[in-house]
Amino acid sequence: MTNWIDIGALEDIPARGARVVRTALGCVAVFRTGSDEVFALEDRCPHKGGPLSEGIVHGQSVTCPLHNWVFSLETGLAQGADQGQVPTFPARVEAGRILLDATRLAERSAA
Amino acid sequence: MSQSQKHLVVIGAGMASGRALEHLFEADPDAWKVTLFNAEPRGNYNRIMLSPVLSGEKTYEEIVTHDDAWYADHGVTCRFGEKVTAIDTAAKTVSGEDGVPVAYDKLLVATGSAPFIIPLPGHDLDGVIAYRDLEDTNAMIDAAGTPGARAVVIGGGLLGLEAAAGLRMRGMQVTVVHLMGHLMERQLDEAAGYLLRKALVDRGIEVRCSANSREILGQDGRVRALLLDDGTELPCDLLVMAVGIRPNTALAKEAGLAIGRGIHVDDQMVTSDPDVLAVGECVEHDGALFGLVAPLYDQAKVVAKTLAGAPAQFVNKEVSTKLKVTGCDLFSAGDFAAGEDREDIVFRDPARGVYKRLVLKDNRLIGAVMYGDTADSSWFFGLIKDAEDVSEMRETLIFGPAFQGGTPLDPMAAVAALPDDAEICGCNGVSKGDIVAAIANGATDLAAVRATTKASGSCGTCTGLVEQVLGVTLGDDFVIPAAQSICGCTEHSHEDVRRLIKSQELKSQAAVWQELGWKTKDGCHTCRPAINYYLLAHWPLEYQDDPQSRFINERKHANIQKDGTFSVVPRMFGGMTTSDELRAIADAADKYNVPTIHVTGGQRIDLLGVRGEDLPAIWADLNKAGMVSGHAYSKGLRTVKTCVGKDHCRFGTQDSSGLGIKLEKKLWGAWSPHKFKLAVSGCPRNCAEATCKDLGVVCVDSGYQIGVGGAAGMDVRQTDALAQVPTEQEAIDITVAFYQLYREHAKYLDRPYKWIAKVGLDWVRERVIDDLENRKALIERFELSQTIYQKDPWAEHARERAESYQPIADLSLQAAE
Ligand code: SRM
Ligand SMILES: Cc1cc2nc3c(=O)[nH]c(=O)nc-3n(C[C@H](O)[C@H](O)[C@H](O)COP(=O)(O)OP(=O)(O)OC[C@H]3O[C@@H](n4cnc5c(N)ncnc54)[C@H](O)[C@@H]3O)c2cc1C
Ligand code: SF4
Ligand code: FES
Repeated sequence: MTNWIDIGALEDIPARGARVVRTALGCVAVFRTGSDEVFALEDRCPHKGGPLSEGIVHGQSVTCPLHNWVFSLETGLAQGADQGQVPTFPARVEAGRILLDATRLAERSAA
Repeated sequence: MSQSQKHLVVIGAGMASGRALEHLFEADPDAWKVTLFNAEPRGNYNRIMLSPVLSGEKTYEEIVTHDDAWYADHGVTCRFGEKVTAIDTAAKTVSGEDGVPVAYDKLLVATGSAPFIIPLPGHDLDGVIAYRDLEDTNAMIDAAGTPGARAVVIGGGLLGLEAAAGLRMRGMQVTVVHLMGHLMERQLDEAAGYLLRKALVDRGIEVRCSANSREILGQDGRVRALLLDDGTELPCDLLVMAVGIRPNTALAKEAGLAIGRGIHVDDQMVTSDPDVLAVGECVEHDGALFGLVAPLYDQAKVVAKTLAGAPAQFVNKEVSTKLKVTGCDLFSAGDFAAGEDREDIVFRDPARGVYKRLVLKDNRLIGAVMYGDTADSSWFFGLIKDAEDVSEMRETLIFGPAFQGGTPLDPMAAVAALPDDAEICGCNGVSKGDIVAAIANGATDLAAVRATTKASGSCGTCTGLVEQVLGVTLGDDFVIPAAQSICGCTEHSHEDVRRLIKSQELKSQAAVWQELGWKTKDGCHTCRPAINYYLLAHWPLEYQDDPQSRFINERKHANIQKDGTFSVVPRMFGGMTTSDELRAIADAADKYNVPTIHVTGGQRIDLLGVRGEDLPAIWADLNKAGMVSGHAYSKGLRTVKTCVGKDHCRFGTQDSSGLGIKLEKKLWGAWSPHKFKLAVSGCPRNCAEATCKDLGVVCVDSGYQIGVGGAAGMDVRQTDALAQVPTEQEAIDITVAFYQLYREHAKYLDRPYKWIAKVGLDWVRERVIDDLENRKALIERFELSQTIYQKDPWAEHARERAESYQPIADLSLQAAE
């Protein structure tokens, strides 16, 4: 079951930028691309825990601020030679508002 | 009405119902007796063509699709200028303003949509209109009739731009105000949006993107100006709002029909009441709304079939968009968002202003955006609709259907096309003709051309261009050495990009991407920070720094630590501090639980381990004590180390700390290709380590020795002497001029010593020491840039952007439940 919750307006995140949503299980980074798509990923780089929300967003990728690993925002997979995957969460925009699936966010501890 | 004839009542004589009636009468001219209500005092016309009517390219008469004769021929009872006010689905009647019920067997609701009016203060003033019907169009034509009249159009979408172009063609001064970062953002990506903007600006339309409207100002009940959020007032006699449409559902809602955002219909176009159908922009089908006619025409066919009792099904297909502004050729269709599983093919021809982008997924074309050359758009649109496998033609796809495997595009064409008097080497004033002549006289490589013409012998940024002239002139006899490109997004080198940003007056990142043929949509973490720097260095007034193209440290004005916390280093000018500053630092450290305090190698104090969310607050506290950001994180001025100098030291010759403070006060806040560190020592004992800095001053009895190009990091280098000058003022001037020269010429991420190794110290000395005019010009350009960039980012962020340092939402409580 999906349980979409409104976490804020699209405008609250700069294009090619991110903000975090704090949850009981750690922060989730919500990204907005240059084409106004939104993606939600765990805010933790699988390399050494870098906060992905602070990275540079380009195309549908983000570059980790600590050691420049690049991740797909869509799949969470590390690009190029690096290996690793960041958990992703369903996110969408409706009428200018950003919606996240609360059920999936909460399921993380179980998974 | 004959016995067998059933009665169809239609509400709305617009494009959708007009088409439905045509199909209905084609199938059987006598099956239905039709009564047609329309709120507008006329029958159906081609609403799309209002734009050419506005611009004067067509008259209203030319766009009427159904005239009185047509309605008479088909026995349609026309009730134009009459608005239907109620539907009674139980009694199966509708009533107009006269209140007399009209019975129906079947009802077709085709009420279209209404323009959305932003409820800004002043939206009800005279002269504020939307753009939907003939009345609006005539109002615009009238307004344009007053000489010198000005218009503001809110909304940079399809409709807004057509309104703007039409008004401009009628001689009005027009400004388009658009909330988003680029025009037609729903249909175009940034590159195409940039080209469109350029074309509109070229025809005299002012375009303001990322502009939020605050209030419409009036005088005597009429619009006078639009006030923007940033305080700008745009005076106008006419204000057109074209910010979107909303389906007209009020009537259906009151009648109890199921509605969402539009009137719900099934695949047969039947509403929740089996005797009521709906068609056009007023409907919602399978979650989708409609704003273009192509799908409405498909719906109209289905309506006619359903009414005839024949099976039919509406399927929502891809739509494509074109802008009807003469001279602006653009096309967009399908889904053109970039994606992991998607592949972009980008083609740019900067000379012709052409941009094409195709988006492929699983070997199928799923989206296309093109600007400047849309000749093949229908072919591409066909490929999208048919979801055809394009793997066979993948390589040549972007060149369109006519491409027969000819030669790929010649990258040298642009250089070949340059006229002989085009300047190639700006430093030495060498034209293309000079170089071609040198080649004719036997210079066959770069070194020879350099020796005979001096081209590329100075700053070296034109090297690539000289090589291309060699290539064009000598053909296969010359192999161009591959200059290292910035990154995978482009073939251009840093030097090329810097030169082109200046010579082609590129003033935005989108302009660079387009004009220089970037291969990716919006760059990457390697090129974006570099381009952002080059743009702000060359166009300090025109370009706006883009925080999203900066590494985190420069975006958040603090150094990120390995655990995601930050360090905070306030500036201590010249390494001097006061007991009050130290007290404020100590208080801040206590208040924000700073775990580590370190005295840095740059003569100041670093508070390490501050939480990102606390940054604006700790900055505000330090600001209160008079301290500003130390930019310990920036590619910009870092520290100016000083020794105590002659005020205290028995060997001191000059006021070294005083000079250091003056230098730091002048230079702080500026951005540069890499960090820039200074030091001033009071005598040759050099306690401030001035001889291993990017620029160091060693004071002597007779004045000031200035050395440049030192380093003490990964490379350790001693400075080279640049000059010795007698006065403090000259030492300051030379420092500023040197910094500006470095800012204007060095490659991003080259410290000064690396840059000097490329251009030569003599070249630097000529510009900064010998040529006094040039020194003055450099200082002036630096000071101009400082009027924009010398501001404390801490104060600015604490004041205006504190919110963005907080989580956008806190769900920690919800998730715990
Ligand atoms: C804080 C400080 C060490 C200290 O506690 O003393 C420091 C800390 C860092 N230095 Fe440094 N450097 C510090 C003085 C120096 C010095 C000494 C000096 O400036 O007199 C040098 C050698 C001089 C020089 O630059 O030539 C120095 C050479 C470097 C280098 C190598 C630069 C090079 O071109 O070779 C780097 C790496 C880089 O910039 O790419 C670096 C990078 C860094 C970074 C920014 C690493 C990073 O990217 O995170 C460190 C940030 C720590 C933090 O979170 O605050 N730091 N660093 C010093 C801050 C001075 C200040 O007040 O601003
Ligand atoms: C300036 C302009 C340019 C456009 N350009 C393009 C283009 O290039 N390409 C494209 O595909 N589309 C374009 N469109 C959109 C296109 O015109 C619409 O999609 C189309 O007209 C919608 O048709 P419709 O029949 O649903 O609504 P309409 O054509 O709006 O017809 C609805 C009619 O219903 C009447 N009505 C409403 N309520 C009542 C009531 N209660 N009683 C009686 N009558 C009522 C209205 O007065 C109106 O006449 C453009 C639109 C405009 C305004
Ligand atoms: S060595 Fe340094 S401290 Fe000593 S006199 Fe010179 S400037 Fe002053
Ligand atoms: S922590 Fe992200 S790349 Fe190292």
